[in-house]
Amino acid sequence: MRVNKKSLLAAGAVAVIATLGLASCSAGDSGSEGEASSSGTLTVWVDAERVDAMKGAASAYTDKTGVEVELVGKDVADIKDDFIQQVPTGKGPDITMGAHDWLGELSTNGVVAPIELGDSAADYLPVAIAASTYEGTTYMLPYAVENIAVLRNADLIPEAAANFDDMIAKGQAAGLTQPFVVEQGAEGNPYHLYPFQTAFGAPVFGSNDQGYDPADLQLGNAGGEQFATWLGGQGKNGTGVFNTDIDGEIAKQAFLDGTAAFWLTGPWNVGAAIDAGINVSIDKVPSPTADPAQPFAGVKGFFISSESKNQVAANDFLVNYLGTEDVQLELFEAGNILPALSAAADTASSDPIIEGFAAVGEDAVPMPAIPAMGSVWTYWGIAEADIINGADPVATWQKLAADVQAAIDAG
Amino acid sequence: MSTTIDDEVASGTPEKPTKRQRQAAGIADAASGGVKMLLIKLLALGLVDAISLYALFILVSAGEWLIAAIVAVVTIAVNWIYFSRRRLPSKYLTPGVIFLVVFQVFVLVYTGYIAFTNYGTGHNGSKEQAVSSLMASSLQRVEDSPTYPVTVVDQLGTLGLLVTDPDGDAFVGTNESPLTEVDAEFDGDKAVAVDGWTTLQFADVLARTDEITELAVPFSDDPNDGALRTPDGSSAYQYISTLEYDEAAGTITDVDTGTVYSDIGTGAFTAPDGEELLPGWQITVGFDNFVRAVTDPRLAQPLVYVTLWTFAFAIISVASTFFLGLFLAIVFNDMRMRGRKYYRVVMILPYAIPSFLSALIWAGMMNESFGFINQVIFGGASIPWLTDPWMAKVSVLIVNLWLGFPYMFLICMGALQSIPDDIQEAATVDGARPWAVFRLIKLPLLLVTVAPLLIASFAFNFNNFNVIYMLTDGGPRDSDAPIPVGFTDILITMVYKVAFTGQARDYGLASAYSIIIFIVVAVISIIAFRRTKSLEELN
Repeated sequence: MRVNKKSLLAAGAVAVIATLGLASCSAGDSGSEGEASSSGTLTVWVDAERVDAMKGAASAYTDKTGVEVELVGKDVADIKDDFIQQVPTGKGPDITMGAHDWLGELSTNGVVAPIELGDSAADYLPVAIAASTYEGTTYMLPYAVENIAVLRNADLIPEAAANFDDMIAKGQAAGLTQPFVVEQGAEGNPYHLYPFQTAFGAPVFGSNDQGYDPADLQLGNAGGEQFATWLGGQGKNGTGVFNTDIDGEIAKQAFLDGTAAFWLTGPWNVGAAIDAGINVSIDKVPSPTADPAQPFAGVKGFFISSESKNQVAANDFLVNYLGTEDVQLELFEAGNILPALSAAADTASSDPIIEGFAAVGEDAVPMPAIPAMGSVWTYWGIAEADIINGADPVATWQKLAADVQAAIDAG
Repeated sequence: MSTTIDDEVASGTPEKPTKRQRQAAGIADAASGGVKMLLIKLLALGLVDAISLYALFILVSAGEWLIAAIVAVVTIAVNWIYFSRRRLPSKYLTPGVIFLVVFQVFVLVYTGYIAFTNYGTGHNGSKEQAVSSLMASSLQRVEDSPTYPVTVVDQLGTLGLLVTDPDGDAFVGTNESPLTEVDAEFDGDKAVAVDGWTTLQFADVLARTDEITELAVPFSDDPNDGALRTPDGSSAYQYISTLEYDEAAGTITDVDTGTVYSDIGTGAFTAPDGEELLPGWQITVGFDNFVRAVTDPRLAQPLVYVTLWTFAFAIISVASTFFLGLFLAIVFNDMRMRGRKYYRVVMILPYAIPSFLSALIWAGMMNESFGFINQVIFGGASIPWLTDPWMAKVSVLIVNLWLGFPYMFLICMGALQSIPDDIQEAATVDGARPWAVFRLIKLPLLLVTVAPLLIASFAFNFNNFNVIYMLTDGGPRDSDAPIPVGFTDILITMVYKVAFTGQARDYGLASAYSIIIFIVVAVISIIAFRRTKSLEELN
């Protein structure tokens, strides 16, 4: 009994000490991730790699307005789903970093608030503004534009190729069996094949003044069939330029080893090529037709939560701070992709690699962000993979268009 | 813990302990070196209490009162149980029960709840949120309208906007009164103050964010001219709304087309022709998700062969890993073999590599044109390991065999060693051949121990998401199927694809599927466990 009385006292003491200690810890902890942010603090979810680049802008904003900006580094793969799930509970951030192709999903879920760029809209690259707009409303402040281009090993092939056949011929003249590589995989990779498809005049959706029109599926038009026929001819039973066994890693290795001289990929792979000592040049995507090959542009930017209690500060921070040249350049240095603000893009283009991607980007079209696109991705790659592997091109392509249309109608 | 034998006695006998018993308990406490245990107990409980208090702080500051109350009650109960001298059974049961409730019961109940809702893309918030989001996105800036520099001003608690128009004239207006021209003080080109109104500093603007978000100053007496709104407190734009919300009728009207969208109980505002305005909101839909899982032709058609393959995959995986493991265990259990220890280490190696990694490596090795297996082992043959529907199934089984046999090898080894040697001797003396000894004596005895583990292994493989996802991702795709399902998809990977890939998530449907899968596994396990009871009668 005596022991137990002591133990109660001791337990009480432990609890009190622990409480005091934790109370002091948690006092400085308010407004952390997952909590409803109170007025006076803006919580911003940022891709973990870009937290440092944002710090300058955040502290400058705090100095000017007294509004604390709390940057929360998040894993890129989780940001979108976490945002969609947390905003309706009132616990998400005020602002999140994201990509424009999330727009349809975010908007359908009602978790983003419109942003008014006002007159500053004219200061951005047109493709960035087009990509930030969904059904006529702007929801995103763009900060970077990203598209694929052809990386050329300039030591093997000194001259850029004039067109697709020229590229293959140049590579073969240099003694390469597989001059050109592009990431595919068992389920195809339509994102990387899209430039060739557009060269045949077959976009996925037609557009109207509100952006892409989900009711106008263009995939199955005559150009699409021509593209399919061409793709079949470059596949397993043809020239073998495209091979679904070549995935991202195999394509990369072939280019780094110098067994391929042309690699259709994005800026994210340039670092690896330069590190491997390759003399890299950035070329436009060589077109298989007389028309330009237009890749998709992916635009990165910031969204404001529809449940944010700090709408005014969030708008002010985005439009008047993150939309400035200095901040856009800082973000550019962190990610090495083209800034969305025209002035910053010009400055960044002093780098030949960035300039190369920017030149290709002039032809780029924004990747559709409309929810109907989800139905397209589902069938698109697999149909292309089938065609590459020898399925009847026109029939497969028509089935693709029919499947996509059915999926859009169903859902 | 400072529990003593006395506690057990006490908990077994409900009467109050006698004086002598209590004395004895005191002596036992003192004699058992209880101080160390007491300290450990105090530390452990202190830690638990500290964590609970921390959780309470966070929960209370976030306004989660229900969960805070539950945490408080559980913490008090835990302290009461462990500081009591009785309640010995509770002392053992409490941690398990808490973990069971947190990690199993809660998850199950929540999944069950979600299965009866339409939670998913377009339906993930409340109706109020849907309305405010629809209204916000229906605002459209009047074409070619200029940017108006504004100053937020206050008059007796009513907010107004002091607007400078492109000609340099100043206007003021509020939610109720349209813009009227005023004489204002200018700072450069922008009107910053006007008599009778207080100019708000930026900090004040931020403090009244809610009011400013609601502030829409009518541009003129004509409502068709729209209203000025300021998103950032310094510039305003002229907006007109394309949607109108009638709160009393609960309907939203499209101003341009006149279409009336009303709430017809489907979780979204719906036009008479069935067109829905998204976002909608979350509602409970009863058994809709379950019905849809089995009757929607898009889902039901692949469901049949995916289910068959799931059973085949789970049964063959268990059988093949078990027999290979057993075979190796018997081989390595033979005393005549030298260096058994080293062989055993080699056998267990696949078990030491994370299965994610192994599956990815196998996927690389099985690449048709560039993989190690075709290039090196088969000398450049192009065997479609992962791209032919039947070969892909075989490949999945091979890889799962490689991943799974070490486990079976380990448990069979243990079980074999627990079978007394004299049984085998007796059988041999009776003239039984080795095969008969194995089949009639050893295998049944082994199964008594191993059968429950085989059932668990079946349940595991039935939901073996990792192997399928990492190796083939369900592929090769069935291009005839209306949903993105492949020939090696098992139920759980199909559910994943249906619910979480693409831009439309459907958590309700996914939960319904997982409940169906849970029921299937549970029924099979119960039947199988019943049958293994008959095995136990062998002893």
